[in-house]
Amino acid sequence: MSTATRTAPARTDRPAPGAAPVAVRHVLSRIGRYVFLCAVLGFFALPLLWLATAPFDETPTITASLPRFTLDNFRALLDNPYALSSLLNSVYLAAGTAVLVVTFAALAAYALSRVRVPGRDALLYGLLLLSSIVTGTATMVPLFELAFRLNLIDSRLGVILILSGGLLPAAIFILKDFMDATPTSYEESARVFGASPLQIMRHIVVPVVRPGLATVGVWAVANVWGNFLVPFLLLRGPEKAPAAVIMYTLYTEGGQADLRLLSTFSLLYSLPVALMFVFVSSRYGFRFHGGIKR
Amino acid sequence: MSAITMRELTKVYPNGVRALDALDLEIADGEFFALLGPSGCGKTTLLRTIAGLETASGGRVHIGERDVTALPPGRRDVAMVFQDYALFPHMTVQDNIAYPLRIKKVDRRARADKAAETADELGLGALLQRRPGQLSGGQQQRVALARAMACHPQVFLLDEPLSNLDARLRLEARTFLKRLQRELGVTTVFVTHDQAEALALADRIAVMEGGRIRQVGTPTEVFRRPANTFVAGFIGSTPMNLVDAEVRDGELVVAGTRLPVPEGVQVTDGEKLTYGVRPEYLDHTAEPASGGLRGRVVVVENLGSFSLVSLDLQPADAPAGDTPGTSVQVVVPEGREPAPGDTGWVVPRPGRSLLYRDGELVTPTATPAVPAARTAAGAEQ
Amino acid sequence: MAPVTSPPDQAVKGRRRATGAAPDAAGLGRARATGFLVPGMVLILLFLVVPAAWTIYLGVTNYRLTGLAAANPEVVGLDNYTRALTDERFRSSLVLTLQFVLGSAVIGQAGLGFAIAYALRDRRGPLRRLVEGFVLLSWILPSSVVAFLWIALLDRDGGTLNALLGIPGTAWLLDHPMLSIIVFNTWRGTAFSMMLYAAALENVPRSHLETARLAGAGTWQQLRDVVFPRIRGHVLTNLLLISLWTFNDFAPFLITAGGPEQRSEILPVYVYKVALSGGELGFGAAISFVMLLINLVIALVYLRMLGRRKETA
Repeated sequence: MSTATRTAPARTDRPAPGAAPVAVRHVLSRIGRYVFLCAVLGFFALPLLWLATAPFDETPTITASLPRFTLDNFRALLDNPYALSSLLNSVYLAAGTAVLVVTFAALAAYALSRVRVPGRDALLYGLLLLSSIVTGTATMVPLFELAFRLNLIDSRLGVILILSGGLLPAAIFILKDFMDATPTSYEESARVFGASPLQIMRHIVVPVVRPGLATVGVWAVANVWGNFLVPFLLLRGPEKAPAAVIMYTLYTEGGQADLRLLSTFSLLYSLPVALMFVFVSSRYGFRFHGGIKR
Repeated sequence: MSAITMRELTKVYPNGVRALDALDLEIADGEFFALLGPSGCGKTTLLRTIAGLETASGGRVHIGERDVTALPPGRRDVAMVFQDYALFPHMTVQDNIAYPLRIKKVDRRARADKAAETADELGLGALLQRRPGQLSGGQQQRVALARAMACHPQVFLLDEPLSNLDARLRLEARTFLKRLQRELGVTTVFVTHDQAEALALADRIAVMEGGRIRQVGTPTEVFRRPANTFVAGFIGSTPMNLVDAEVRDGELVVAGTRLPVPEGVQVTDGEKLTYGVRPEYLDHTAEPASGGLRGRVVVVENLGSFSLVSLDLQPADAPAGDTPGTSVQVVVPEGREPAPGDTGWVVPRPGRSLLYRDGELVTPTATPAVPAARTAAGAEQ
Repeated sequence: MAPVTSPPDQAVKGRRRATGAAPDAAGLGRARATGFLVPGMVLILLFLVVPAAWTIYLGVTNYRLTGLAAANPEVVGLDNYTRALTDERFRSSLVLTLQFVLGSAVIGQAGLGFAIAYALRDRRGPLRRLVEGFVLLSWILPSSVVAFLWIALLDRDGGTLNALLGIPGTAWLLDHPMLSIIVFNTWRGTAFSMMLYAAALENVPRSHLETARLAGAGTWQQLRDVVFPRIRGHVLTNLLLISLWTFNDFAPFLITAGGPEQRSEILPVYVYKVALSGGELGFGAAISFVMLLINLVIALVYLRMLGRRKETA
């Protein structure tokens, strides 16, 4: 409002023929905007070009170029002993973590939302604070130590547990929001009809908060799918390594990288998250949830 | 079907708020009973305590012969319709109505039949496969009622049953609800903050304030003879006129006018009382009238078939232009409205004015013949 | 029960439902509720709280991955910390991390994110979806994939960038490692800022902007006088969160691995190299603890701000 009062005189002082320069300025700003958006598009699309072209190129090089189309490159995936199994490992890690996170977070969020637990707000904020400062990078030393002591080195369960521990606080926070937004009258209504607490959970609460559970599940999968550090630290051999680690070893280890393998593997490894993203955004609309990624 | 009896029912929340304060209340079998009061008066807590959703801190609740105080909600044989209806969004109308039966382990077939039957009774037959989100507000309310009816409870509990409907639908639903209750004959308790709703629907009303019951009676009783100034101010679409009065020489002096003390009231000289009369029980005249209060018309509000006229009282002996600050409202029939600025007199109808001492009614019952209460429980007065 | 009226004098003011008191709607009870909480809490305790506490302990020992000190770690007090503070490599790593956070998060992601959100603010249709789609894609793809995409893009001989610019032979990753990872991280993380600012800009009432425009305010004046005051809270939230994340980002390791000659060795990479490649777990833990403290400061500032916003709301 202050703007209006401050700048208003400037406008009335302006001579009437000022209309023409205003129109010119308007056109210029439109052009400027398009140029800017095209530059942005170029900047973000450029690195991705290679991922779109190389997998289908008969002779893939490191430069992105119009491919001479072929699907032969995908045979390289079958030739590599670890390519497909690493994707399975990724699925295993992601599914395990998602199940653990969704189940435990839903239980905890429900209890925190519906039952008076002394100091629950402090607890929740404390956990959230903790999870945001205790990152894998900052605590890789003790995490490695801990996994070593608990005999979880080179164990996929260890990776799942550590990733779940890190994701749980935020998951509880998101789900508690969902639960808080669900009227208690649903549960009370069922209770008056004689439903037991477990029946209420099964018949009412889980179906009603299903979108929330799906959100958290997708979020957990996306996090684990891309996570490099934790499996890189804890898993020793390539047999158990997920795609994130295998991808890294493909281009860092052993002389000249096989670009056929690298390009097709990148594409295959990227596809699930991209599809999941398209699915989520078309189904639920990509609702903004503070830091849904990471 | 059963009566509900509450004895010294008390509810104190963990944070020390006393929502119910040693309540005694009896609701008769088959009665349509209203819990009325402003928000925060404890009416919803009382309903939820009857349902078992809140645990009483003290006192007992009986439904019929059974002491249900310690029973969980599911074993009290009550059904509750929530303010937001609480229809499960992921179930169809049929599954919603059949849900209580599913809990009672009635087999799928019988459940579907019963749901269809109940839905038919409430005119929901064509909507069985819809989901709550696809229904109008009025339909949702009827589904909620059907769900409550499906398990044949002893008691219906309704939390603000009409508040989620828009104004026009509300009148329709009100009539429907009253008829349904009459037909089913099940003891029904409902909570409302709307006095008109309580007057229109209920056989009897409990007016609550601050966790206590301030009056229990038939709509006629609470309307004509509010037991205290709180009820007097709360009941009625236009609140009762409450004016300071003083006893002088065995007569009441109200805003400079002398009025007779109602029969049967013991007064002492110099005593301060509150004089109450409903706007509906005042007659407005443009000519000086004996036993009338003189005032200047300040506002005329047209309410359709009648107008609500506000007057600033001006005692005859007071100097002109001096307004003592006391005003009254009077209902004037169509076509007889005064104009703002006019001087007018308002005359209380005989037997309709009430006296309150320290906020409590002192005028005895006898004067106006209150029509006999319709319900069995109305006999207490 | 004739006079069922209670004297008004003691009437207590009661609220319908005490604020903050969540009724136990499903009749769960304390015991079951505790049971619901336990599994999650155990995992959090074990894999968040314990590591954090352990960092403090390990930081004051000379613990090593292998050798004599692996079997019998000794408490060496604050030696690790004094060593870190005097260590040239640690200090330069700290400076590089600061550059990385300032350059890629504060200037890169927040600046570019806001610019994109502002340029797209009243647009609908294919252009918006296309731009948003690419920005989001760069955010959701796995980090080891995008790392290789950037290695390929910046490659000295066959890189697409050099081919486009017509300057083959420019070794971006060797000659400008910090610039490379800063631009990379800007590319990688702008989506979050873009979405946050897009949501924030939708909360700026159209009428305010129109009032300013009617008054003749230019773009810059509109931003300063109308837009920024309304989204100040979002800006702070955004800056703190992306700073925290960028500070802890391990992805640059995948591109430069800290090199060449530690010229892009930000703290996470430094810790990894010292503790897990070099085996000096005690010293690495001390550095980790410093990182935790910095994280704590950022997070506390953020939480305080959130709290204050809640109070004023």
